[in-house]
Amino acid sequence: MWSLGKRKTSFMNEMASSAAVTEANPAASVNYLNYDKSIKSWLLTVDHKRIALMYLVTVALAFLAGGILALLVRIELLTPGKTIMDVQTYNQVFSLHGIIMVFAFIIPSIPAILGNFVMPIQIGAKDVAFPRINLLSYYVYVVGIIIVLLAMLFGRVDTGWTFYTPYSESIGTPILFVTTGVFVAGFASILTGLNFIVTIHKMRAPGMTWNRLPLFVWAIYATSIVQVLATPVIGITMVLLFLERVLSIGIFDPALGGDPVLFQHFFWFYSHPAVYIMILPAFGVMSELMATFSRRAVMGYKFVALSSVAIAFLGFLVWGHHMFVSGQSATSSIIFSLITYLIGIPTGIKVINWVGTMYKGSVWIQTPMLYALSFLFLFSIGGFTGIMLGVLGVDIHLHDTYFVVAHFHYVMMGGTVIAALGGIHYWWPKMTGKMYNETLGRIACGLIFVGFNMTFFTQFILGSQGMPRRYYDYLPRFEHLHQLSTVGSWVLALGLFLVAGYLLFSLKRGKNAPANPWKAVTLEWTNTTPIPHPHNFTSAPVVTRGPYDFHLAPEVFGYTGDGAVADAVPTNDAPATQA
Amino acid sequence: MATSTTTAQVDSNHPTHLQHHFVSSEQQFDASKMGMWLFLITELLLFSGMFVAYTVFRVWHPEVFDHSADLLDWRLGGLNTLVLLASSFTVALGIHYIQIGNKKATVVNLIITIVCAAIFMTIKYHEYTGKFEHGIFPGGHFHPHEAFAQYNVPYAAQFFSVYFVMTGIHGFHVLVGMGLLTWLTIRTARGDFSPEYYTPIELTGLYWHLVDIIWVFLFPLLYLI
Repeated sequence: MWSLGKRKTSFMNEMASSAAVTEANPAASVNYLNYDKSIKSWLLTVDHKRIALMYLVTVALAFLAGGILALLVRIELLTPGKTIMDVQTYNQVFSLHGIIMVFAFIIPSIPAILGNFVMPIQIGAKDVAFPRINLLSYYVYVVGIIIVLLAMLFGRVDTGWTFYTPYSESIGTPILFVTTGVFVAGFASILTGLNFIVTIHKMRAPGMTWNRLPLFVWAIYATSIVQVLATPVIGITMVLLFLERVLSIGIFDPALGGDPVLFQHFFWFYSHPAVYIMILPAFGVMSELMATFSRRAVMGYKFVALSSVAIAFLGFLVWGHHMFVSGQSATSSIIFSLITYLIGIPTGIKVINWVGTMYKGSVWIQTPMLYALSFLFLFSIGGFTGIMLGVLGVDIHLHDTYFVVAHFHYVMMGGTVIAALGGIHYWWPKMTGKMYNETLGRIACGLIFVGFNMTFFTQFILGSQGMPRRYYDYLPRFEHLHQLSTVGSWVLALGLFLVAGYLLFSLKRGKNAPANPWKAVTLEWTNTTPIPHPHNFTSAPVVTRGPYDFHLAPEVFGYTGDGAVADAVPTNDAPATQA
Repeated sequence: MATSTTTAQVDSNHPTHLQHHFVSSEQQFDASKMGMWLFLITELLLFSGMFVAYTVFRVWHPEVFDHSADLLDWRLGGLNTLVLLASSFTVALGIHYIQIGNKKATVVNLIITIVCAAIFMTIKYHEYTGKFEHGIFPGGHFHPHEAFAQYNVPYAAQFFSVYFVMTGIHGFHVLVGMGLLTWLTIRTARGDFSPEYYTPIELTGLYWHLVDIIWVFLFPLLYLI
């Protein structure tokens, strides 16, 4: 049990007693998980925390499906020519891998799970602004994904996740399902983003000024802006593609007088900001992890906060860097390339500030911190290679090769997925009231890190040597690297399955977690674990300190007396666990 | 003190429309309006894709677009514009009347708004069927009849595709608006709204203004230039 210090004020008594009563036996206390266990109470919940958990389950299943498809792709690529499937099947497998991973997994991931669960509590609110719309967005997401998957029943979806025209218009009925499904699922993203923006603007607790918001909230805010502004564009693109198939309106198909490159412009105008939807929340998780596990306020709070907004804004101006070889003018390409370099700057600011947060901090290595450190390494590689691809001459050589595949896996998986895992481990005690096994956590992180690099670093080499992406067959000289990559995917899969295993195990047999195992000082840690029912807080918090003011959080470290705060850097003992 | 606790709870006899996660009616109303504005921005972006398609094809084939626009009757389009503008006025009046508690005037104004919307859709129906009778369909089905052979040039199909898609999606939004306004009229007549709580009318009014302003841009771009 964390120490309450030698002297207690009446406030401390109140906190201590309420904490003691509910902490003594957290599993028995009434919390948001156990107050009503019926299926109906879950399926019809408007509680942001329950909705977050429903998203967690569904998104994890999507990750499993997409992951299995990835393993199948890699097994096929063990040898040139046919290994386990023919080329028609292969094209569908990698297309579905991309579609499921992008639309069903990574776009919702951190915002829908951690954003939904943590953000309202971090700002001191009772719930999001529109709880019913929150529930609606979950069901809209599920329906959208089902519609996309139904496409497979009607034909071959083998266009790649980017479904470029005119080929995508020629695959027949499946495109109708894919476009409708993506359109519907897009609404889930829009509704969530809209909900979060209004929540952050209107529902902050008294004293929670913009400059006291945790950086995770700033990141979710920037992400939500991108979601609201960018997703409608993919929506209309899907509508136009649908209408072109049904009414032959002639907008993208050259045979009808349209322009296929116009589709690419429309598609990437959303899909580039979409990758910032994927990474900005991960940056937010990183800020939280770095602050807590270095016991220091994030260096350059304002820079980190505003860099999220800058990335969100600049992200709308670089879509053409996906189209350097599509025939756009040299002038356009140069401008897109320059702005692509610019985006590196706010991103670099974040990385430097996180490293600076660790400097002279009290670094505490726990599983979430291991993921954060992995992120620093893996995302930096991903980010640098992105800038490399932004160099026009280099991109001509590397476009549509495995180099691009490696780049985006480093940022999406080495970045977002690693941060998501770190965040899930970090907030796991708060969400479930249980602690997972720390040793297994570290082993799994190690397996993931090694497996990931084995899988994808080899792909940088493959790409720079000329291996094209989405190819079923390849020259014999690439075989060894492909095999290395495939073995890496097995190590990676092992690590991920291990994570799933011990997390699920902890639900049944894990030790009960204390309210604040990491001794963090953002608002979500000030209440009991798991969050009680019916409200996130016993009474509305009034905030008088910043989100990372460890020196001003007496309930974490205790008073020294006379109201003075402790000078000494607090020691880091192991998280207290209940017997 | 780092974080102290105060009682900022809602008292037990709060108005029925106040939802539990909000502290006050003002906060709820403000949040609802902000949410609606954000949704309207997404609608605007949805239409913007089509405006971009229009611009791109127009820049590539200016004479074709110019010429094809002659087939659209600007007087019908202009009448539609006036009708929609009037309907925006009446919905705003409806909001004004509920703000001062005049339920009856609100219902009357909402009904006039719906009637205006119906007039708009009727005129559009006549325009569309007129086009279909002359063989002018979107895109691949574009086969103008003999009398309009001079309009059967390459890329004219694109103009009409853009015309049908843009006005079609706009018309769909008008229909949805009519549905919402009907539901609102029923609720107002039932007494669900008062000067303290008329948020749904305000939000639907905002939606209706957006539908109107999109038409205000569609009309000159398609009919006049």
